[in-house]
Amino acid sequence: MYEGVIQHLIDELGRLPGVGPKGAQRIAFHLLATDPDDVRRLAAALIEMTERVRFCKTCGNVAEAEQCRICLDTRRDPAVLCVVEEPKDIAAVEKIREFRGRYHVLGGAISPIDGIGPDDLRVRELMARLADGAVTELILATDPNLEGEATATYIARLVKPMGIRVTRPASGLPVGGDLEYADEVTLGRAFEGRRLLDV
Amino acid sequence: MHLTRLALTDFRSYTEADVPLKPGVTIFSGPNGEGKTNLVEAVGYAATMASHRAAQDAPLIRKGADQAIIRAAISTGVHDALVEIELNAGRANRVRLNRTPLTRPRDVLGVLRTVLFAPEDLALVKGDPGERRRFLDDLLVAMAPRYAAVRADYDRVVKQRTALLKSAGPKGGPKGNRQSREAVTATLDVWDAHLARAGAELLVAREHLVNSLRPHVERSYTAVAGGDRGPAAIAYRRSFGSPVDNFAATHGERVRAAARALREALLEVRASELDRGVCLAGPHRDELELSVRDLPARGYASHGESWSMALALRLASFDLLRAGREDPVLILDDVFAELDEGRRDRLAALVAAAEQVLVTAAVPDDIPRLLAGVHFKVSAGTLTEVPGAP
Ligand SMILES: Nc1ncnc2c1ncn2[C@@H]1O[C@H](COP(=O)(O)OP(=O)(O)O)[C@@H](O)[C@H]1O
Ligand SMILES: [Mg+2]
Ligand SMILES: [Zn+2]
Repeated sequence: MYEGVIQHLIDELGRLPGVGPKGAQRIAFHLLATDPDDVRRLAAALIEMTERVRFCKTCGNVAEAEQCRICLDTRRDPAVLCVVEEPKDIAAVEKIREFRGRYHVLGGAISPIDGIGPDDLRVRELMARLADGAVTELILATDPNLEGEATATYIARLVKPMGIRVTRPASGLPVGGDLEYADEVTLGRAFEGRRLLDV
Repeated sequence: MHLTRLALTDFRSYTEADVPLKPGVTIFSGPNGEGKTNLVEAVGYAATMASHRAAQDAPLIRKGADQAIIRAAISTGVHDALVEIELNAGRANRVRLNRTPLTRPRDVLGVLRTVLFAPEDLALVKGDPGERRRFLDDLLVAMAPRYAAVRADYDRVVKQRTALLKSAGPKGGPKGNRQSREAVTATLDVWDAHLARAGAELLVAREHLVNSLRPHVERSYTAVAGGDRGPAAIAYRRSFGSPVDNFAATHGERVRAAARALREALLEVRASELDRGVCLAGPHRDELELSVRDLPARGYASHGESWSMALALRLASFDLLRAGREDPVLILDDVFAELDEGRRDRLAALVAAAEQVLVTAAVPDDIPRLLAGVHFKVSAGTLTEVPGAP
């Protein structure tokens, strides 16, 4: 335990994902030794984020306006929609630079252990987006683990009566993993070789 | 295969231990509580990534330490391997194979193979069905490590599906969330499909394993029980429907058929599942039936017969694991004290020729003379080699 202010910072840092007590301590002392201007810039970025970043009202991606840049981009193919669990998964798919459609962020995956059911995800919003018939292919790019698979199956079944082509990138993605950790080449291949999901 | 060295740091009662090992028999003797089982437990852990007697890893780390290390050097006819396992309190364990860190610790499975006999084995016969399912699944993974993933997937589906069923009940799910039956039913179909797929793969593998195991169990039982007291038999019983014994079908066809049967079974029991908040069909409720002279071993067999059956299951595992491959390392932890003289001698005769046998006993005289070899005395976490024959 350290005195007041520094311990307070360590506690706050320790609450971040992937940062343990030792890591929090290391970051805190690093910041203490850093040029105060650099630290101020970091603090400003954090505050700016809380004030300016919102979630796109259409797809759930992070955005600085009502809609995110991808939803506003008219060159994007409105017929193809890629469903992901988290905004960070969009970044992963964008890196492969081949996908030209738009996205829908669910905000997680079905997991009864964690008390998360379809109603806790942005499934209803997805169905509303699909209602006008503009989307003809739905790519279900939820994580390649049990919960991601279950979520994909659930959505595929809901969508089936609408006659939309439903695919899932599968080949090559390591099972039991997170989409965001797949490298670009693997993810690229997985998108190319996406298979029709039969339910 | 055989171990050439076992080194421990802060594992159980050991601060440091470093034991050179050779093929053949090695005996560890000493009074109770001095650390004999701890030693062979570490060997078992290096092979299976789990303790045979503790469900969690925490008790394996020496009291006061926050990390335990197991190092096992293995020699096979083809190559040598070094398995290093770091057990961390409150953090993920780490595994290195030949000094290279493994991203998935379970990739080390299969490098060292062991068959461990322990006093706890009596529970295979007298205990709950869960003990026998675990016996089958452990053996399955030892035979083909990819089943570690199948088993983990299945366990997770059952957990998720059970949580969902509970959320329809009066107390709600694990997070206290309650859902209407309609809402639960809407997602239950999805979990049924996943349970059926993972469950069918596990189920068909277990059935195949039991078929392979059967002749070995019959033979080992006769050999260890002595003479005419058999026959002993084993059978796999599904918790739903009738077993499919269509041996002409390919493995894939059998799995698909089992998945269909399991899905139908789930639909049939759905109403009671929702009432009770438990998964009522699937390999997690199946049974490995053991019988001696056509009577169920559990509840009918005598103490001696129960021990013969437990030994027969382990001996049969050893036979299966060595078929066409190198001998696994045999570990006999304090079993001779449990057996009468006839069973002791017959067991010794059955295992004496194995490539490597590690034996522990409180009283060295309990070990049949046939199992002579290197002898260490274990006392308060230190090992001293006893010169000459035991
Ligand atoms: N995590 C631990 N830290 C320290 N001592 C332990 C730990 N776990 C077990 N022990 C000690 O190890 C002893 C049991 O050793 P064990 O190998 O089972 O004995 P035996 O020689 O009878 O087979 C007990 O005395 C117990 O207190
Ligand atoms: Mg013991
Ligand atoms: Zn958007």
